[in-house]
Amino acid sequence: MNAEFDYMLQRAARGLMSRREFVGRASALGVSAVMANALLSSAVNAQAVKGGVIKAGVSGGESTNSLDPAVAASPAPFMVNMLWGEMLVIVNEKGEVDPRIAEEISSNADATEWKFKIRSGVEFHDGKTVTAEDVVATLKRHTDEKAQSGALGIVQGISEMSSSGDMVTLKLASANADLPFLLADYHLQIQPGGGYDNPAAGIGAGPYKVVSFEPGVRAVFERHANYFDQSIGHADGAEILVINDNTARTAALQSGQVHMINRVDPKIVELLKGVPGVSIERAAGRGHYVFIMHCDTAPFDNNDLRMALKYAINRQEMVDKILGGFGSVGNDFPINAAYPYFDASIPQREFDLAKAAEHYKASGHDGSPIVLRTAPGAFPGAVEAAQLFQQSAAQAGIPLEVKVEPDDGYWSDVWNVQPFCASYWGGRPVQDQMYSTAYASTADWNDTRFKNARFDELLVAARGELDGEKRKSMYSEMANLVRDEGGLICPMFNEFVEARRGEVGGWFVDPNHELMNGRALAKCWLTA
Amino acid sequence: MHPVLKLVAQRLALGLLLLFAVSLLIFLGTEALPGDVAQAILGQSATPEALANMREAMGLNQPAHVRYFQWLGGILTGDFGTALTNGQDIGQAIGQRLGNTLFLAGCAAAISVPLAILLGLVAARYQGRWPDKVISGVTLSTISLPEFVAAYFVIFLLTQVFPIFQPVAMVFPGMGFWDRLHAVALPVIVLVLVVLAHMMRMTRAAILNVMQSAYIETAELKGLSPMQVIWRHALPNAVAPIVSVVVLNLAYLVVGVVVVEVVFGYNALGQYLVDHVAKRDLPVVQAVGLIFAAVYIGLNILADVIAIVANPRLRHPK
Repeated sequence: MNAEFDYMLQRAARGLMSRREFVGRASALGVSAVMANALLSSAVNAQAVKGGVIKAGVSGGESTNSLDPAVAASPAPFMVNMLWGEMLVIVNEKGEVDPRIAEEISSNADATEWKFKIRSGVEFHDGKTVTAEDVVATLKRHTDEKAQSGALGIVQGISEMSSSGDMVTLKLASANADLPFLLADYHLQIQPGGGYDNPAAGIGAGPYKVVSFEPGVRAVFERHANYFDQSIGHADGAEILVINDNTARTAALQSGQVHMINRVDPKIVELLKGVPGVSIERAAGRGHYVFIMHCDTAPFDNNDLRMALKYAINRQEMVDKILGGFGSVGNDFPINAAYPYFDASIPQREFDLAKAAEHYKASGHDGSPIVLRTAPGAFPGAVEAAQLFQQSAAQAGIPLEVKVEPDDGYWSDVWNVQPFCASYWGGRPVQDQMYSTAYASTADWNDTRFKNARFDELLVAARGELDGEKRKSMYSEMANLVRDEGGLICPMFNEFVEARRGEVGGWFVDPNHELMNGRALAKCWLTA
Repeated sequence: MHPVLKLVAQRLALGLLLLFAVSLLIFLGTEALPGDVAQAILGQSATPEALANMREAMGLNQPAHVRYFQWLGGILTGDFGTALTNGQDIGQAIGQRLGNTLFLAGCAAAISVPLAILLGLVAARYQGRWPDKVISGVTLSTISLPEFVAAYFVIFLLTQVFPIFQPVAMVFPGMGFWDRLHAVALPVIVLVLVVLAHMMRMTRAAILNVMQSAYIETAELKGLSPMQVIWRHALPNAVAPIVSVVVLNLAYLVVGVVVVEVVFGYNALGQYLVDHVAKRDLPVVQAVGLIFAAVYIGLNILADVIAIVANPRLRHPK
């Protein structure tokens, strides 16, 4: 038993096993949860090196950014907020919910009422203790349309919020078994008094305190000494430098000005691999690059034409040429193996010119060019991807016309307006949220105009279904509906390609978001 | 009134008028952009309700002429307003960034202007011989290189091959003067390479032009050395064209170096402007546009004034 326990402890300390799994297995071996947690913390701390200032060079920051977590959208503010902020829960690298400010989570039998017990003694950077009232106030602020919160769609589903003592109770308008996953949204950083007084104060309960913040330039942090979880937050200080230029970011890593960078250009990965002291880190996430057709607009209102286009795209070529091999092929529904309840048995749609030509003929399209709109900013390589699509479709006799639109105004004038265009989705932590956001008949962002009564019915039923097997089969049926009848052409899922220097310890793969779900600076440490 | 004073006053009045016209153009130009700030901020996540809420909150529903006069009135009283995107005070943000812009431009000018004039004088002195050819060849090749290529080249050479400097040139409040100089070394080198040729060529051409004059022949016949002739007699009479080119390049160093700022991550005004253009943050775009216009117009007035003052015919009217 000792050997097994030690092995688990080492794995957990290196981040190869989640804390929750470790505690669960330890209790199977007769070790209490409190004991297991304490042992794990000390094991992690034994390995981790304390001190130093750890720095990240980040692409995706602008001088228009703010510390208000409600309006964060690009990578730099996301990572800044993940350092000073702390949420009720977080989704860990295995796709499970880890409790953070909430210590225990429970729901009633039909998943309409949820209770979150607030961890005692968690401290904000201004010295105040995090209370259940702060949590409720934070969630309330995000429901206020004036807050312009990116999490509005999530908190809108909560019909009643209340707190008593250390307990937060959330009542839902309709059952949702995924609520904890939704509350792990990075906009929902808990703020003192809900952040009503000054939403951009940058005061939270996270592992690092903001020392200075210059939007689009740099954020400087110091360690929050009273942070409740001593297993993370190793360096004395942390810095996020915004370096949007690919070459400069890579050079900054090579010269040691920063310790890690996000968004390594796939074209230079092979070159970087040869650089001593630098390693490439890949994480397969849920983001996907897509071409979307409006199912209610001619000629895309014809399912044969949609199928013809789906068969006429060479997915492997896209992954190889657009993603430089750093990704995986899509299957025309927005879900991949990174999601819980993913059905891997759904057959992969192949590149098949004969079937494409067959469906195209059956559609009776008059042969006029089908306009595909794209823009350099739709996703990296979107123009080239559209051109590849045009060429492969031409082989099946389908005339595509690629129209390159300016990045300016693309998301307002083309996406969700024009019937056929290139786009991207960053993915969501759970299937329900992805489908509710973009595939439910009534969703604002139903960018394929997919309206299917059976799909909507399954979506609501699956949301309240607590039986995992039943839920999985529902999601499988929904995936097939989108795949075979929807307007989504999903050629590829992209990966996060990042790089770090050799002196960075404690790195592990986290598919949730860039740079270990935005917490690489807190979870990693600097070895001499 | 002394004719020089009168000319200067005229130039200043014209400049102010021009600035007013520019402010109108900037405002109309930003109005003509597709989409508005609410759409640009929400991007892919824009729903009709969210858009309506945001437009209401930002006062985008008021007619354009009302917003123009509110804006102009604010600027005349020193109030640039707050950025629509992140609520920061624009005046404060611009103040810091303008300081960084001027620091970078100042460093680049302090090296490039004397160097260009010196090289121009040397090239004119040895016209058609090897020093002239070397100077012209080298400076023309550096100006032919696009800025970002030159930038990547110096990054490669001076941070990777010879790790002397840092590739990212950010400067922060509280940084010492020497630290700042070290930080901006690479962008300064790139900017010097970019602006050197123009000023050098103009100095050379202006000097050679003057060298055809009769009084230069007289000076030579007096027995002055060629360098003395250029320094004492040719240069003072070639000041006007040289100054106008120098000022043009100074203006470029202040308003036109956004590519260099982006490559080196230098937090100055150009990048600030581009970020806010992308987000349709009109108050910031307008304020920065106006500052750039003011710098440009101001420097051109300065060039005019120097040319006037340097011209003996205007300084000593009959």
